[in-house]
Amino acid sequence: MKKKGNKELPAISTASLPDVIFMILFFFMVSTTMREQEVLVRYKLPNATEVQKLEKKSLVSYIHIGVPVAHMQARYGTAPKIQLNDTYKTAKDIGDFIAAERDQLNESDRAQMTTSIKADKETKMGIITDVKQELRRANALKISYAAVESEGY
Amino acid sequence: MAGNKRKTPDINASSQADIAFLLLVFFLVATTMNTDKGISRVLPPIPPEDVKVEDQKQKERNVLLVFVNGAGQLMVADEMIDIRQLKDRAKEFVLNVNDDESMPEKEDEEIEMPDGSKWTYPVSKGVISLQTTRDTGYETYIMVQNELTRVFNEIREDVSMQKFGKSFGELAEDERKVITTAVPQKISEAEPRKAIKK
Repeated sequence: MKKKGNKELPAISTASLPDVIFMILFFFMVSTTMREQEVLVRYKLPNATEVQKLEKKSLVSYIHIGVPVAHMQARYGTAPKIQLNDTYKTAKDIGDFIAAERDQLNESDRAQMTTSIKADKETKMGIITDVKQELRRANALKISYAAVESEGY
Repeated sequence: MAGNKRKTPDINASSQADIAFLLLVFFLVATTMNTDKGISRVLPPIPPEDVKVEDQKQKERNVLLVFVNGAGQLMVADEMIDIRQLKDRAKEFVLNVNDDESMPEKEDEEIEMPDGSKWTYPVSKGVISLQTTRDTGYETYIMVQNELTRVFNEIREDVSMQKFGKSFGELAEDERKVITTAVPQKISEAEPRKAIKK
């Protein structure tokens, strides 16, 4: 009897499981940033090889351009739209948007402000050019065309 | 014996893993990976009204016109080419190794080195002007932009190797500034042409 009892496998200690999970948790806390806005357009970024990382996230404002997501198409159609913050806007609103974004930054950081254009690769240049013209007018000259890094063509 | 009984019992820590899991799931859902990458550009400021148009005009030999039409075809200096040829064509233009008359001028510029000395380098005055129509696809546009960026990155890499013996990516901030002054990234993004007119 005694021998049989000894042969039973001991339970695996799970005491270190929390530690492992905490390690994964810390990894995610460090390497990710908070999701800031809900994206209302569907976009697939173009590929490029010569991409640069955007350095400071707090200095970057985003302009999303693409076809409205499925549940918004009933109201807004399937033509490409510009999304600023959480709503669809037109190119004319970019001036106000940039001014508002600029106001949120420190005086010293304003020159470093970058606008990231996240546009779907199927978009036509017409809408992009309108956006660019508005950005020039708003004096937000540092831009970045968001792209996915690829190995080449 | 009595002292033994008063000992505080161990707290059950088996739910700690669950709590940690909860936190982990929260972070997985509420955050995004920092993968923001893109092709950086600086737009030209809007010229003041009172500046005459002639002042901004470049000499013809200094401008390489790259035109992309709605079908994604590429025209470089009145010649239709494939996108794979674009990089070499543009590089040839910017470098102008043989000081060709029809290629961009160079101007010797004194660039201040980090150690205080001066370095004279013939800075190319070539400008690549990228024109599109309103119905050019964005993907084609980015591909062209990418090729043009590659031109300048490659030249910078070469110059950096010659001057500092290091890759451009490994240079210090002030050394990098020297190279970017020597090889400025001159890509002009003009307003689009009307599709009809040519």
